[in-house]
Amino acid sequence: MHELSIAMSIVELAAEEAERRGVQIDAVHLKLGALSGVVKEALLSCYEMACENTLLQGSRLVVDEVPVVIFCPSCRAPRPLSSVQLFCCPECGTPCSEIVQGKELEVVALEIQECVPNPV
Amino acid sequence: MRPEPRLIEVRKNVLKQNDVVARALRDRFRAAGVFVVSLVSSPGSGKTAFLEKTLTLLRPNYRVAALVGDLATENDALRLARSQAPVKQITTGTLCHLEAAMVQNALEGWALNQLDFLFIENVGNLVCPSSYDLGEDLRLVLISVTEGEDKPLKYPTIFNSADVAIVTKVDLAAVVEFSWETAYNNIQAVRPGMPVFQLSAKTGEGLKEYLEFLATRLTELRQSAAV
Repeated sequence: MHELSIAMSIVELAAEEAERRGVQIDAVHLKLGALSGVVKEALLSCYEMACENTLLQGSRLVVDEVPVVIFCPSCRAPRPLSSVQLFCCPECGTPCSEIVQGKELEVVALEIQECVPNPV
Repeated sequence: MRPEPRLIEVRKNVLKQNDVVARALRDRFRAAGVFVVSLVSSPGSGKTAFLEKTLTLLRPNYRVAALVGDLATENDALRLARSQAPVKQITTGTLCHLEAAMVQNALEGWALNQLDFLFIENVGNLVCPSSYDLGEDLRLVLISVTEGEDKPLKYPTIFNSADVAIVTKVDLAAVVEFSWETAYNNIQAVRPGMPVFQLSAKTGEGLKEYLEFLATRLTELRQSAAV
């Protein structure tokens, strides 16, 4: 269970950005690969805990799950993997070990509130 | 004025801090010419017995040392010390994995250029260690025959973070009706092309091939560094 330390890293990273930009963060958008080794549900419950008494208190974590894409040497093309239990090209069945995506653990965006003039 | 939500793009790797330290470690290992091997497995798969045997057998010909991660005890370090190789314990407390910074701290004061092989034994866990790069050259994932053949299918992520699989306790294979073929196929299903060794730290079966593999990798590393 390392999701709490991951959540704390996310909060730390986002709080730094918030401070640097002088903004209040409503939500943190995260890309989470199926092979990142991090469980979404566990991360979400840890996130709230990690936010307590920080600039991020009350913010949401929005997780965008990234499926695994492998590169098939026979098709010479990236292909989505149908199961992480079987690293084979879904088209031609060739075993594939080159991972194109699916290891992501990345904060991609911060959602902030911005004050805009009221429409006239 | 009314508030309106807006997205600011940031793109930051959450584990950047660990990756930065891991990269610095890798540079340091390269400069020292030491080949670094880490071990991951579930608790009880025989990591410590395997490492004790590895250190003992390599020691006559190579300069070896080990770092060992453990939640609470120093039992593993004491066992490994029997090999006469320098061994240092990293007690992780409640933390379920090693991070690059812990390795960095543990290595403080070590003359890495006096070593040929450095082994890092991770905490027994097939989940959490997969996310953390420790700067190693080679990551071994161990499964024992008593755990069953389907471990790779249950933990594809750790197999994908590792380079070589080691099937341990093969002296017990017949007793537990372990199928080498099924285990091998499962490993290849989650990590096509992964080299697999089967051995027994108790009887010594299969250790020769694995030790030769390590020696070859060390030679290759030094040759590529010399170019």
